[in-house]
Amino acid sequence: MRWFWIDRFTEFKSGSHATAIKNVTLSEDHLHDHMPGFPVMPASLMLEGMAQTGGILLGEQKQFAHIVILAKVPRMTFHSWACPGDTLVYTAKLIEARDEGGMVEVQAHVGQRLVAEGEIVFAHVDEAAGGGGTIDQKNFVFSMLRGVLDVGKAGDGSAE
Amino acid sequence: MPSRDEIFEKVQSTLVDALGLDEDEVTATSRLKADLGAESIDFLDIVFRLEKNFGIKIPRNELFPESLFTADSGFAENGRVTAKGLDELRTRLPHADKDTLDALAKDPRVENVEDLFTVNMVVNFLASKLAA
Repeated sequence: MRWFWIDRFTEFKSGSHATAIKNVTLSEDHLHDHMPGFPVMPASLMLEGMAQTGGILLGEQKQFAHIVILAKVPRMTFHSWACPGDTLVYTAKLIEARDEGGMVEVQAHVGQRLVAEGEIVFAHVDEAAGGGGTIDQKNFVFSMLRGVLDVGKAGDGSAE
Repeated sequence: MPSRDEIFEKVQSTLVDALGLDEDEVTATSRLKADLGAESIDFLDIVFRLEKNFGIKIPRNELFPESLFTADSGFAENGRVTAKGLDELRTRLPHADKDTLDALAKDPRVENVEDLFTVNMVVNFLASKLAA
């Protein structure tokens, strides 16, 4: 399984906010275990999608100079769920961005329906702490998530 | 400038949000780690919230200094803070409570250093910061 929990950014305002979408599809294996007979997107994976949206927003602001890791979820409330066929829209607003880390406020919607909202804190792990700089965050984002940062990849060239 | 009580109330609500506590659990003498269960990453979260709630900037290492004791600093020997280390703490943590510093001087085990991080210490820091 690939660890991509967003499909595409639809808006990316450096240092401010970003919106990404995740299309939920019945071909995803995990939906068949969660739950049998009632497939819904696991809350933990929605959280990961929101963290990827916010983490890339934070990392980009410092030109991916830091290794960004999810450090803490101080608050997260799930109000609803997402089923196959739904498009989850994740929005992240950058609240703090410092040398040590940052914080985002996130929301997940399906259409007008609020599915989840909360806060995520990220820490920057510097290269010394990362064991001699073996992780290259910039390469990670650009090779593993190639294209995901490009806004406007719909067939007609629009963001949506 | 807000009064000390007003600062305390804001710090209290900040810690309630950051650490998921009830208000009455946070008293002036509470130690952030031992009493309130804060872990290292929580200090970053607390700093973010204090900056937002008080509208100030808190430079890195000013409120909660990291790596106070490196291996060759001479600040600790055999698991105990040296006299040089105590002086360093007094310099680096001018906002620490005098009582907790005195208690550390009496029982200078390195693991007791984190007891300096109290709610009062945060209030002292903010009071001096807001007065500046």
